[in-house]
Amino acid sequence: MDFIFSDEQQQLRDSIQKFISKEYGFEARKAIIASKQGFSDKVWAHFADMGLLGVAFDEAHGGFGGNSVDTMLVMTELGRGIVVEPYFSTVVLGGSLIDLAGSEAQKQAILSEVAQGKLLLAAALGEPNSRYELNCVETTAKRDGAGYVLNGHKAVVLHGESADKLVVSARTAGNAREAKGISLFLVDKKSAGVAVQGYRTIDGMRAAEIKFANAKVGADGVLGEVDAAFPVLERATDVAVSALCAEAVGAMEALNAATFEYLKTRQQFGRPIGSFQALQHRAVDMMIHNEQSRSLALLASVKVQSEDPNERKRTVSAAKIQIGHSGRVISQEAIQMHGGMGVSNELAAGHYAKRLMMINATLGDVDHHAERFASAA
Amino acid sequence: MDLNYTKEEQAFREEVHSFVRDNLPKDIAGKVLHHKRLVKDDWVRWQKILYKQGWVAPNWPKEYGGCAWTPIQQHIFDEECGYAGAPRVMPFGLVMVAPVIQNFGSQWQKEYYLPRILSSEDWWAQGYSEPGSGSDLASLKTKAQFVKSAQGDHYIVDGQKTWTTLGQYADMIFCLVRTDSTVKKQEGISFLLIDMHSPGITVRPIITLDEEHEVNEVFFDNVKVPAKNMVGEEGKGWTYAKFLLGHERTGIARVGESKRELEQLKDIAGKQLRNGKPLMEDPRFRDRVTAVEVELMALEITLLRVLSSRSKPGPEASILKIKGTDVQQALTELTMEAMGPYALPFRPETRDAGWHGESVGPEYAASAAAVYFNYRKTSIYGGSNEIQRNIISQMVLGL
Repeated sequence: MDFIFSDEQQQLRDSIQKFISKEYGFEARKAIIASKQGFSDKVWAHFADMGLLGVAFDEAHGGFGGNSVDTMLVMTELGRGIVVEPYFSTVVLGGSLIDLAGSEAQKQAILSEVAQGKLLLAAALGEPNSRYELNCVETTAKRDGAGYVLNGHKAVVLHGESADKLVVSARTAGNAREAKGISLFLVDKKSAGVAVQGYRTIDGMRAAEIKFANAKVGADGVLGEVDAAFPVLERATDVAVSALCAEAVGAMEALNAATFEYLKTRQQFGRPIGSFQALQHRAVDMMIHNEQSRSLALLASVKVQSEDPNERKRTVSAAKIQIGHSGRVISQEAIQMHGGMGVSNELAAGHYAKRLMMINATLGDVDHHAERFASAA
Repeated sequence: MDLNYTKEEQAFREEVHSFVRDNLPKDIAGKVLHHKRLVKDDWVRWQKILYKQGWVAPNWPKEYGGCAWTPIQQHIFDEECGYAGAPRVMPFGLVMVAPVIQNFGSQWQKEYYLPRILSSEDWWAQGYSEPGSGSDLASLKTKAQFVKSAQGDHYIVDGQKTWTTLGQYADMIFCLVRTDSTVKKQEGISFLLIDMHSPGITVRPIITLDEEHEVNEVFFDNVKVPAKNMVGEEGKGWTYAKFLLGHERTGIARVGESKRELEQLKDIAGKQLRNGKPLMEDPRFRDRVTAVEVELMALEITLLRVLSSRSKPGPEASILKIKGTDVQQALTELTMEAMGPYALPFRPETRDAGWHGESVGPEYAASAAAVYFNYRKTSIYGGSNEIQRNIISQMVLGL
């Protein structure tokens, strides 16, 4: 067993930490969120320079040849800084879908552009009635000469408005909830027939409703095998979920640190409120929640590479369940222990809480993964 | 033992029910039911309707224009109003400061302020918490210095209050202020009524997690307050504040509102789909709804036991605060979870009653997450739930 990060990985982590503490403070983040596009091109370019945008892609595709453990490391740091740039949607979810489903030519063309910070991706998978079920796909793709025509409505597409290209799941065969008959398409967001309604999300990010009305996709826009995308979809979202778990661990760590600091400094009844046992034991539980989450996030980041789908699903779902529970406890307790300050938007604590609760609502909540865990035995 | 409402109580409920049905303005109820943004006029309009009916001050004695209802009647009234989507009657004037004025105030204070509270002419705010004095309220520092003057005796107030709910609307604020710093901290506190329009008062908004403006900081810089605005005796403010706490607690269980929210939750979970079937049919989700419903059933009976007991509600009222807020928070959490990914979109503009844009997801999803984060306040305000547990452990259990 070896839980130690390599020297290179540690350097990468240090450089992200340094950047976030210097350039991504509370006020800087607030200004970025308030900006028109909701994230900073400058920060994004810096991420490209640091090599973050291609960390897990093959060298042949313009990446650095890392894997999901490197992604975990990056996401934990981004979570610690509650970074709102579209790393998760472009690099992790979008990137994994291309990486796992795309042809060699597609990978070379797209991943290298992503790694250089020149191309933004978004994954349009969910729909108004799909909740967290990836197999619930009502959007259709019908043959049209060599290509396809897309019709349908994709819901809560993370960073959908700023993306250049969309990875879209659509039904090429079967009924609305069948796992078979789903295909993936790479669609230019500017294509005719693609309507995007962008909006803010409560955790400071952006998302969009995307509607396709006879949007045409050429043959080169088909991503992977037609009718058989579901297993790839599951695998790519597992990579994404394990990354979300890592992000949550970073957010928990930062939120706990802020809360414990508050317990030590906030004076009531002539002493720090952290001297009260009623709060001490709860603080300890928050710390344990964070450690348990870290353990499963580590495990998920390794096992997500497993060739055995059941092992992969069980581990990833276990991690998502754990961070769902722990994120809830930590965020609620952190707000409570900060008292009135906890519900003020002017303090970072509440923003961590918002992100943690929304991570639970992204790619499957506790209930969703509880069922998935049981069925993957 | 008979756990049914009496015939008279049932008739009373009928009377309240039909009055609310016929008189609660639809636009106001619509805002409350759909978690839209309320403005000052919404509260004032409803309170004036209740005033006209003679029902705006259920807790006041008859001599001051109250209803002198029994605690059970008050509960029935609260429940019916809450269930129907009436805005909460603003407690600061009617429920909090009025009983203090009635019991400890001067003749002038009674004659001047009470009718204006009753008619909602003045909007009151509460000036208790300070940046350094939350749970440890008695450590408050806002100072009121007595000045003898030929032009009229007065106090000069300096300091800061915070978390002042809807202070941006307030005409008056009742404050706990320090008039003597040489004695034990509780004994140096006085209860002062301050005109919010006085020179030297600044109100600064605090934006909460849902990006709403509901609470404020209030700064007092050399504010002149006539001596006749001192309630009762100087140095007795802590006693009056404690007296007030008992009055504040009975409505805190919010049973009517929680019943309404539970029903809405079930309705929403019946519409939201999980793998093609209503979410409400998913055993995992349904069990959690059941768990809250059971807590709410127990809370209602606990509340009725407290209200029916012949002795005045004492520290047991803290149970109502703790469980009432637990239930409210659990309901907001389940409602948010019911939305699935549609919990994420955050569009504060949709909370304006006049908004008619394109919605994102089901309309009921629009403010679910915002309400969840807003309701985290309930276990913090009005004496945090930690303080309520201290009260029970000390006063009831004797620990």
